[in-house]
This record gives sequence, C-alpha cells and structure tokens, in this order.
Amino acid sequence: MSLFVEWLVIILLLLGAFFLMVGSIGLAKLPDFYTRLHAPTKASTLGIGAVLIASTLFFSVNQEGISVKELVITLFLFITAPITAHMMGKAAMHKEKKAIERTRNLHLQEPARNRQPPE
Amino acid sequence: MLTIVVLISCTFVGIGLLLNLWRLLKGPSVLDRVLALDTMYINSIALIVLLGLYFGSPLYFEGALLIAMLGFVSTAALCKYLVRGDLIE
Repeated sequence: MSLFVEWLVIILLLLGAFFLMVGSIGLAKLPDFYTRLHAPTKASTLGIGAVLIASTLFFSVNQEGISVKELVITLFLFITAPITAHMMGKAAMHKEKKAIERTRNLHLQEPARNRQPPE
Repeated sequence: MLTIVVLISCTFVGIGLLLNLWRLLKGPSVLDRVLALDTMYINSIALIVLLGLYFGSPLYFEGALLIAMLGFVSTAALCKYLVRGDLIE
C-alpha cells in the first residue's frame, strides 16, 4: 500500500471517529428532543460516511478490484438516516413534546400538527 | 501506524457508544430512547467496519449491512407504533 493512500485512510478514519463522537456528545448534552435530533442525524452520518470511505479505499488498494459492499452500506445509510429523522421528528410533534423557549417559529408547530391529509 | 489509528478510532466510537447508552438509560421520554438506540446502531456499524480494518478481512461487511437494515426497520416500526398505536392497521 502506498504511503499516500495510507495517510488518506488514516485522516478519513480519524475524521469519521471524531464526528461519531461529536454526534454522541450532542445526543447526551443538548437540552430538548428537537435539538437532540440534530446531533446524531447530521454528525453521525458524516462520521459513518468517512469511516466507510476509508474502508473502501483500504480494501480496494489491498485486494484486486474495487470493493463495492461499503459503498452499498454508505448509500443505504445516507438514504435511511433522513427518513428515520423525519419520522422521529414527526412522532415527537404528534406526541406534543415541549420544545425549549428560544426555538424559532414555535407558533408554526400547532398548525403543522393539525394539518389534515389531502382528500 | 494504521493499527494504532484504528485502535484510537475504536476508542472514540466506544466513548460515543457509552454516551448513547447513558442517554438510552436516562432519556426522559420514549422517543429519546428510540433516538439513542438508532445512534447506537450507527456506532456499532462503525465499530464492525473498524474491526474489519483491524483484522484486514472483508468478511465483516455482511454483518454491517444486516445491522444497518435492522436498525432502519426497527426505528421506522417504533416510530409508526408511537404515532399510530398500531403497526398494521
């Protein structure tokens, strides 16, 4: 393995692990559910993407042929992470969970909750 | 060099998993626990990929893919249950 690829893998791994930890710290520390939803869905997605791309690089260089499985996992996670975040946010809104005081546009929560599906 | 970096990354991800576990146990509401569980799924995928890098074996990705699918399906089912009170109406 060439030195350049090794350093690239190292940098991507450290970046990914750092962002995964940042997402978990945000999940543990932020004040209410809606702010807590931000941390894992953004930071952790970036972190897992970096780790999986590092793994793709490593196995593509070390073995013959491009290794595609990690790319499949990356694609799957990048598609499903926003869907789960949206579903959880919507569930929290319907459960009438309290947001913190200084949330912007807090008055829009009530009409969004009462919106009816189209006929 | 790569081995040391993989171990350091494992430490970071492990700290993240412990913080998620703390939120899973403490979480004031059910949805906080669901969110913590979803994040734990993502962190375990990262841990499995790092394990594959450590041993230099590409056999671990099937497990990672399986965990990713299970995580999405379980989170979607839990959210549907919490909103509608029923899974299949």
